Amino acid sequence: MEKKLATFLGSERLGVLSTCGGQQPYASLVAFGATDDLSHLVFVTPRPTRKYANLVTNTRVAILIDNRSHRASDFRRAMAATAVGTVHEVRKARNSRLIRLYLEKHPQLEDFLWSPTCAVLDIRVESYYVVERFQHVTELHLR
Amino acid sequence: MMICDLQQIDDSLRDTVGGKAVALANVLRAGFAVPRAICIGTPVYDRFVEATGLRARIIMEYDRKPYDQMRWEELWDTALRIQSLFINAKWPADIVAMLRKRIGSEFAGVPVVVRSSAIGEDSARASFAGLHESFVNVRGVTSILEHIKLIWASLWSDRAMLYRTEVGLDVNTSRMAVIVQELVDGQKSGVIFGVSPTDEATAVMEAVYGLNQGLVDGTIQPDRWMIARATGTVTSHIPASREKMVARKPMGLGVVPLSRQRRSQAPLQESEVYQIFHAEKALERRFGAPQDVEWTYQGAQLHILQSRPITTASHLSPQDLRPWYVSLHRSLETLKELRRSIENEYVPHMICQAEQLAELDMTTLTDKDLAKEIHVRQRVLRYWQQVYWDQFIPFAHGIRLFGQVYNRALKPKDPHEFLRLLPSEPLKSVERNHRLIQAAREVGRRRLSHMRKEADSSTLSVLLQTAPADRQEAFFRELAGVEETGVGSNPLKTDTSAKCFLKAFPARERKKAAEILELARASYKLRDDDNIYLGRIEAELLRALEETRNRSSKAAKLEIKAENAELFARALVVRSFQLPRGRHTIRERPGPAIRARQLIGQPAGHGIVVGRARVVRKAEDLLDFKRGEVLVCDAVDPNMTFVVPLAAGIVERRGGMLIHGAIIAREYGLPCVTGVPDICKAVKTGNSITVDGYLGIITIGSSQSNPVGPTTTGPKPHRASRQSS
Repeated sequence: MEKKLATFLGSERLGVLSTCGGQQPYASLVAFGATDDLSHLVFVTPRPTRKYANLVTNTRVAILIDNRSHRASDFRRAMAATAVGTVHEVRKARNSRLIRLYLEKHPQLEDFLWSPTCAVLDIRVESYYVVERFQHVTELHLR
Repeated sequence: MMICDLQQIDDSLRDTVGGKAVALANVLRAGFAVPRAICIGTPVYDRFVEATGLRARIIMEYDRKPYDQMRWEELWDTALRIQSLFINAKWPADIVAMLRKRIGSEFAGVPVVVRSSAIGEDSARASFAGLHESFVNVRGVTSILEHIKLIWASLWSDRAMLYRTEVGLDVNTSRMAVIVQELVDGQKSGVIFGVSPTDEATAVMEAVYGLNQGLVDGTIQPDRWMIARATGTVTSHIPASREKMVARKPMGLGVVPLSRQRRSQAPLQESEVYQIFHAEKALERRFGAPQDVEWTYQGAQLHILQSRPITTASHLSPQDLRPWYVSLHRSLETLKELRRSIENEYVPHMICQAEQLAELDMTTLTDKDLAKEIHVRQRVLRYWQQVYWDQFIPFAHGIRLFGQVYNRALKPKDPHEFLRLLPSEPLKSVERNHRLIQAAREVGRRRLSHMRKEADSSTLSVLLQTAPADRQEAFFRELAGVEETGVGSNPLKTDTSAKCFLKAFPARERKKAAEILELARASYKLRDDDNIYLGRIEAELLRALEETRNRSSKAAKLEIKAENAELFARALVVRSFQLPRGRHTIRERPGPAIRARQLIGQPAGHGIVVGRARVVRKAEDLLDFKRGEVLVCDAVDPNMTFVVPLAAGIVERRGGMLIHGAIIAREYGLPCVTGVPDICKAVKTGNSITVDGYLGIITIGSSQSNPVGPTTTGPKPHRASRQSS
């Protein structure tokens, strides 16, 4: 399952990030990168955004990553993984492992990442909830 | 091309009309008489599955579980569900108008054969003939339309799914064409194989009186001719014991007795044998390979019904069980024959033999004689296990045959609704459980030894001899507290459902429908009872092992099970006998904790229940079973169903609607999910699990343990009330 999940996270580029500000839930599409050991997911966001504001007050997040193809076969063949964890801001440095990992996957977002308005955020993943074949659910607890 | 005549078909249309239609068109072009036919091309199939949304629904069924985790029984259930989708799908107006117009103009009032012509079928590339359906003697436009749906559904038959890799079965790309062909009411029919499977120099011909469906499904024994391929000389003729033939009835086919004259006369004259042989040679030259040709004579006219390259199973390994599974499809006639031998010969003999074995007092035997007795009992058990595979398991097809007939006639939303009609009298295991509960109430805290006579289960018999008395007492205290209300089928309800089933047929077909229901009921009852009988035979072997344990300290360390019989016998007579070493345990690599949260199986008993799991891995675990627990095991062995009255639900790794776990769960009205891979690894005794017998889903742990799920919202699952499902 770990290997399968690592391959899956390596092949997908976008995920839906869930944050919560006060009583208000919010979801946003983000480009992400994942470490091989599955323990970190990294994404970048401008600071003036609603999701960043939410993260300042509540660092708990969930992110849904899936490989749906918008066809009927998705119901049985698509896979979705929800990662749950806590977000920490990463210091921007060229030699940062997470930043290098992110830019290897999304080189087109280099300017975006280094822009002073953007923050690099690290989700320290505690658990993954992996759904396959519509209802087959496996949990993977890292911490 | 949506619909075309045979005359319009050539090789370029293979992907639209399928291999069978192309071959028939070629036979026609070669100058042979071929019954008039039209072909409904694959664009019609595509249009139908798209317009009705069936393609998406087939995916939901077909990809429910990974193929390598599906047993054949599960494939059959899947095929039944897909067939039900086709049966219940409403015809799109444009398609039905087009088909009605064409079929009405070609075949109004004419009996026809509706045949499959799948893409890739009957080609040398995919030599797996007989995966799809054909229907003979269909009459009337509406009925022909219904049978076209059934042919399309047979693209997803259990047989096709078994060979899914070889035939490239895929929901997005596989398609089916249909041939509607005038029925030739032949007086004698048969097949010729251009090359014998066992001798390349010989061709083989088989012929029967009447239509050849009886020959194809094994109901009618054919006359057989062997012909030298080089000279066309008949080298041998093996006459059949000619008694009956398959003939056209007002609808469908029936088996009728042969006249005295026909019984004594081979169906073919010598000149006819040569005519068919030369026809095959001509087709062989045309198609470039020896052919498997179906033919029929109407008067003096030879009609070619089908020609395809000879299929062979020689490329399959002997370990490949798929041909055996395919062979489990039996006709009504062969099932009736099977039932006669099972009820009149095998079962009485089995009961009698168990009684004879029970009479022997093994304490009087010397060690040498006891070892001999173990071998005798081992042989007896093996014999009956073979009978079980060869006779009893094929007879289970009686239930499946009924299921197909029921669904085609009543078109129920639930494709397994037919199961409600099957329990006509209490199963042996339910009766046994009732006696056990009564006895447990009477026993109280007194000695339990007399429970053995009620056990009727090899497993329970052994436990009553080997388990500590306090565990036995605890178990029977649990059993004594069971309420038995609503257990078993409701005869009144079953009877009403049976009447509805029979009413769905015209008066002239009701007798046959009743016969199929009766056969299915016998098949259903035997499906469970046969294991009780086999369990009695096994119990007699285990009794000999128990006696051995009393005599040998080495044997005392062995687990009492049939597989260990040889070890027990050796422990008695071989002085230097050493116990086999246990297996080494494999240390697991440390890593993240991976837990199954929700697992998909097959819904096998309606209802939903949340309960404490009791994982049963070995017989001793059964005695720890507590009322209200969920039975979780690899496979419900009929000899362990004595715990079912205590259970709130049943989950097992082995899948299927007709396996013992599913049958007994329905009798007790328990939610049941079968076919859950790795269930015994995923669940531990004491885990809270939810058994969703409607959707076939097992959820492990309470919803509170899942931080992404709702904690208190939505209706809570409830204990299922006991009801027949």
